[in-house]
Amino acid sequence: MNETLERILPKVQKPARYVGGEYNQTVKNKAQVDVRVAFCFPDTYEIGMSNLGMRILYAVMNRMEGVWCERVFTPWGDMEEELRKNHLPLYALESGDALSKFDMIAFSIGYEMSYTNVLNMLDLGGIPRRAADRKGLEHVVFVGGACAYNPEPLADFIDFFSLGEGEELTEEIVSLYRTAKHEGWSKEAFLLAVSKLEGIYVPSFYEHTYNADGTLQAITPLQGAPKRVTKRIMQNLDDALYPTDIIVPNTEIVHDRSNLEVMRGCIRGCRFCQAGFTYRPVRPRSPELLLRQAIELLENSGCHEITLSSLSTSDYKYLPELAQQMQDYCTPRKINLSLPSLRADNFSRELMLRLQQVRKSGLTFAPEAGTQRLRDAINKNVTEEEILETCSIAFEGGWNNVKLYFMLGLPTETDEDVLGIAELVYKILKTWREHASNKKRGVRIHVATAYFVPKPFTPFQWEKQITPEEYLRRQKLLKDNMPSKSIEYNWHASDLSRLEAVLARGDRRLCAVLEEAVNRGAKLDGWDEYFSYQTWLDSFAACGIDPDFYTTRGYGLDELLPWDVISDGVSTAFLKKERERAYRNETTPDCREQCSGCGANCLLKGGKCDA
Amino acid sequence: MRRMLFEKTGTAIWMSHLDTMRLMQRAFRRAGVVLHHSQGYTPHAYVSMLLPLSVGTESVCEIMEYELDAEIAITPEDMNAVLPQGVRVLRVYESDRKAKYLTELAVSLTMLYDHGVPDGAAGRISALLNSGGLYVEKRTKRGMEETDIRPMIHQTELSNEDDKIILTARISAQNPSLNPALLTAAIERYLPQDKPDFVRYRRLEVYDENGEVFR
Ligand code: SF4
Repeated sequence: MNETLERILPKVQKPARYVGGEYNQTVKNKAQVDVRVAFCFPDTYEIGMSNLGMRILYAVMNRMEGVWCERVFTPWGDMEEELRKNHLPLYALESGDALSKFDMIAFSIGYEMSYTNVLNMLDLGGIPRRAADRKGLEHVVFVGGACAYNPEPLADFIDFFSLGEGEELTEEIVSLYRTAKHEGWSKEAFLLAVSKLEGIYVPSFYEHTYNADGTLQAITPLQGAPKRVTKRIMQNLDDALYPTDIIVPNTEIVHDRSNLEVMRGCIRGCRFCQAGFTYRPVRPRSPELLLRQAIELLENSGCHEITLSSLSTSDYKYLPELAQQMQDYCTPRKINLSLPSLRADNFSRELMLRLQQVRKSGLTFAPEAGTQRLRDAINKNVTEEEILETCSIAFEGGWNNVKLYFMLGLPTETDEDVLGIAELVYKILKTWREHASNKKRGVRIHVATAYFVPKPFTPFQWEKQITPEEYLRRQKLLKDNMPSKSIEYNWHASDLSRLEAVLARGDRRLCAVLEEAVNRGAKLDGWDEYFSYQTWLDSFAACGIDPDFYTTRGYGLDELLPWDVISDGVSTAFLKKERERAYRNETTPDCREQCSGCGANCLLKGGKCDA
Repeated sequence: MRRMLFEKTGTAIWMSHLDTMRLMQRAFRRAGVVLHHSQGYTPHAYVSMLLPLSVGTESVCEIMEYELDAEIAITPEDMNAVLPQGVRVLRVYESDRKAKYLTELAVSLTMLYDHGVPDGAAGRISALLNSGGLYVEKRTKRGMEETDIRPMIHQTELSNEDDKIILTARISAQNPSLNPALLTAAIERYLPQDKPDFVRYRRLEVYDENGEVFR
C-alpha cells in the first residue's frame, strides 16, 4: 500500500471503505488489459456498494476480456481533506491507481443532490471538469442512471449519457472505445460513432437557444445527431446478466444483504413517481431463475438476509410461489427473507405478518396523501380501509409500531387533504385502542412528510412546486392538528427539496451554477453534515439565475422542455392525458388490469407488454 | 471450545472488530457451515473474538471462538478459500482453556522517523518504559483517566535502524488491557523529541499467566 495512504487511514472515519480488498472484487493483470474503466459512484462507499445497477455493470464490464472495471466512491469530508493535504489523487479501490490512469470514467447517478460530488471527484482525480477541456480520447467521461433522463445540468461536464438499462449498451460503448483506442481515433470521431449507438446522448451535439422570457426556444441537433434519443431496455430479463458472485464488503453498508431483483418496471403508474414511468414496461424474471439466483447469491456471499427487490414487489406475478420456495430454502438455514415495498393488500399482508419482518421495523405505509380524493388524483392505489385492516390485524398480533409516509404540496392539494393526514393518523390510533392485544406497551406512530418535487417524465412534469413558505405553512397546519402528542412527526427541510426540484427540471444554464457551487465548496449535498443552502443561493445569485424559474414558475404545456430530446418510451400525449385525469381526480387502471396505451410497449420487439 | 487461530494483515487491518465478526459469520456460511444461532426474533450466529483488535493493527495471533449445532469438519483451507485477502486461518482446533487465562500479549511497534532516528532515542525510550510511573490518558470503566501504564508493560526490547526503531513488548492483555498505541502516547508525552512520525502496530503472540503460548 502507498505509504502516504497508510498514514492517512488511521486519521479518518471508517478507513475500511478506502482500501478495497473485499471478497470477490475483480483484480486483473494490467499487462493483459487494454481498456481500464473507473466506475464512479458519486456518494459514499456505503451507499454505492448498495446500488444494484453498479453491481450489475461492474460485472458486465469485467466479464469482457481485456477490460478492467474498478470502483471509485466519494470520500467523506475527512478523507477528502487528507487527500488534498497530502496531494494524493482520488484512486480506484482495486488497483489503488489514480483516476487519471483510466481510459474511461463512468458515473452512475441516481440522485440530483450528488451532482457536486461528480465534479468534486473529477477534481480530486486530476481530471478536467469540463468536457471541452478533455481533448484527447483518454478520460472519456460518461454517465448512466436515473439522472441521465434530464442530463442538462451536467451537459458541460459529461461527454455522453447512456440512457436506460445498461447491460447491453455498456458493452457496446466499451467495445467501441476499444476500437477507437486501437485505431487512434480523435475524441470527436469517437463521440460521433458513439452517438450512433441507440440510447446514447452526446450533449455537445445539441445547441440550445432561449426565448427572451428565458424558456427554451430550440434544441438543434448538430453533426447528424438524432432528434430524439430513446432509452434502452432489456427485452427479456432472464437474458440480462445478474451477477451472483458479487463483492462482499468488509464493512457495513446501507443495504447489507443479498438482493434479488424480481422484475423491472411497475404496473401502477403513481403520477408523481419518475421510476414508475422511466422503467416501463414491466418485465418479470422467471421464478425458477430467481430461485436459482437466490441460492447462488446466498451461498456466494454468506449473507443471512435476502431481499426481493423491485419498485413494487407485491406486484411480482409469481410472488406467492417464489416466496414459498424461498421460505423453504431460508428457514432451515436461518436466513431472513425480507420484502420491501409491499402493498397493503390481502396477500401481502398475510405474507408480511408470516415473515415476521414487521417485528423488527414495524408496519410501513406510504399513502402519500391524506384523503382518498388526493390519492385518486395521484393514482396512489391504497385505501384507508386496507391500511386500517392491516393495522388491526397487526395490533391484534402484538405489533405496536407504524410508520407512515406522505408528501405535502402535491398538485391539487388543499388544506382538507393536509388535515386528512391527521385524520388518518387518528383512525389508526383508534384502531390500536380497539384491537391492541397489549395496550400497556403503548403504540408508536411515526409520520413523515416530504416536500413534493415535480419530476421529468411524469404527468406532473409541468407542475409548479409550492413555495417553501407554503410548504412550511402546510407542515405547521398538520403539526398543530396531529391527534396526539405521542405521534412522532418528522418533516423534510424545504431547502434540499427546492434545490432538488431546480436540478431535476433544470436546463443547461445550471451547469454554471453547479460549477460555481463546487468552487464555493459545495459537496456531499445529500448529507446534513455538509449541505449548505447558502452556498447554493450565493451561486445562483453569482450566475444571475433565479431558482424559482425552475420551481414555482411551472412549465407551460406547450413549452419546449430541456429533456424533450430524450424519450423513455412513454408518450408525452399520455403524460398529458394522465395530468388531466389527475385534475379530474380519476384513477388509471394498472397495466395488468388494462393497458392505458402509454407507448412503452413499442420498446418491446413484439409490441406487447407482459404485465 | 471450538477455536480458530487466524491472522489479519494488509488491507484487512482496516476492518473494525464488528466488521471482522460479520466477516467471519459470513465466511462460515460461504464455507457451507451453519453456526449455532441464538434464540429469539433476530437469531445471531455465535462467534466471538477473544481479544478485540483495534483498527489499523496487524495480527498473526487472533483467536476466534464459535459454536456449531452439529459436528462438521472444517479445515483452514475451507475457510481460506472464502476469505478476503489479508485474513487467513492458520489453525482450527478445540481447547478447554478459558479465555480469561489469556493474560499477556506480545506486540511490536515499528516506529518510523522520516528524518532519521534521533541520536540516543532508543536508549531514552527503553529507559522510559522501564522507569516507574508512566501516566497517560486511558479509557477505563469510569471514562478517560490519567492512568499509570507501567505495571501493564512486562518486558520490552528495542532494535535500532537508520530510520526506524522496532519496539517489541510483552504487555497486559486483559484486566487491564493495554492498547499498544498508549506506548506511543507515553513516548510523545515524556520524550517529545523522540516522537516517531508514524507507527505500525502488530500483535505477535498471546500468552497465559505462566508465559506459555495461549491457544
Ligand atoms: S403500454 Fe400499456 S401495459 Fe405497457 S406499460 Fe404502457 S400502459 Fe402499461
